[in-house]
Amino acid sequence: MKTALVTGGSRGIGEAISMELGKDYKVFVGYNSSNEKAEQVVKNIIDSGGYAEAIQINISNNDSVLKAFEKLESNGSGIDILINNAGMTKDSILPRMKESDWQEVIQTNLTGNFYTSQRALKNMIKNKWGRIIFISSVVGISGNQGQSNYAASKAGVIGMAKSISKEVGSRNITANVVAPGYIDTDMTSFLNDENKENIIEQLSIKRIGKPEDIANVVAFLCKEESEYITGQVIAVDGGMTT
Amino acid sequence: MEVNDVFEKVKNLFVDELGIEESKVSMEAKLEEDLEIDSLGIVEVVMAFEDEFGIEIDDDELADVKTVGEAVNLLHSKI
Repeated sequence: MKTALVTGGSRGIGEAISMELGKDYKVFVGYNSSNEKAEQVVKNIIDSGGYAEAIQINISNNDSVLKAFEKLESNGSGIDILINNAGMTKDSILPRMKESDWQEVIQTNLTGNFYTSQRALKNMIKNKWGRIIFISSVVGISGNQGQSNYAASKAGVIGMAKSISKEVGSRNITANVVAPGYIDTDMTSFLNDENKENIIEQLSIKRIGKPEDIANVVAFLCKEESEYITGQVIAVDGGMTT
Repeated sequence: MEVNDVFEKVKNLFVDELGIEESKVSMEAKLEEDLEIDSLGIVEVVMAFEDEFGIEIDDDELADVKTVGEAVNLLHSKI
């Protein structure tokens, strides 16, 4: 059975991805601080007949990433499928943005995915098979006021994924990006009803997205049959970016 | 470690990791032309060596490596 690691796999979109991949793969649910949430997700996957384990991994710190992979591999699990999902926001408009808020978001959302992808590729290149999927955002395609750091990090992973796809395509490794639109999670919980209605008005599909909408596309890209899709950005956004 | 020992290790790696025919691996063999190792294949071997011997090899140093012998000599100088 193939093994998947979902960073930030205990909450929001990551939780839905963990649950979905738990149907077909051994899933490591990565968490930074949400230990209890991660254990709950693991329990839910196991209760549904799957196999899962929680693993602590702070993607913004390379030592933590290396340690986590060492632990996985010492238990016999090289990662076949990496879902780079963990991310954070520190919003403010650029004229007011603190350099530390810029750095922290880039370090986690962009450099963190460099750490995880670099380490995961070792095993994938050796096995001549792999899937790397970055969870970006429509904000990385269109930009958003107050999110120049977040948007830059999410645009950055698109370039990273496209480059990786060219570097390791010869080893049956694909790298793709899923760019969610507005999805109902903790990260968008600050939106009030009026905000939501305004957003929905701009969409072709008249509802806010669900984490499962993203998880389904991720699961599709992981499949053996999806091997001819690489270096692509798939927006799952109800038609926000057309 | 003698040059010859390094060569034997390199040969084993090529055979085991990259599936290259043992008889083709000589000191004179050209990596790309004779052994059909692509640039990623070279990276694979280098990473395996870095892990095994705890050494670090810069991409700059690799740029001049065209034959098995040159790879063996580079590794030998590092160990």
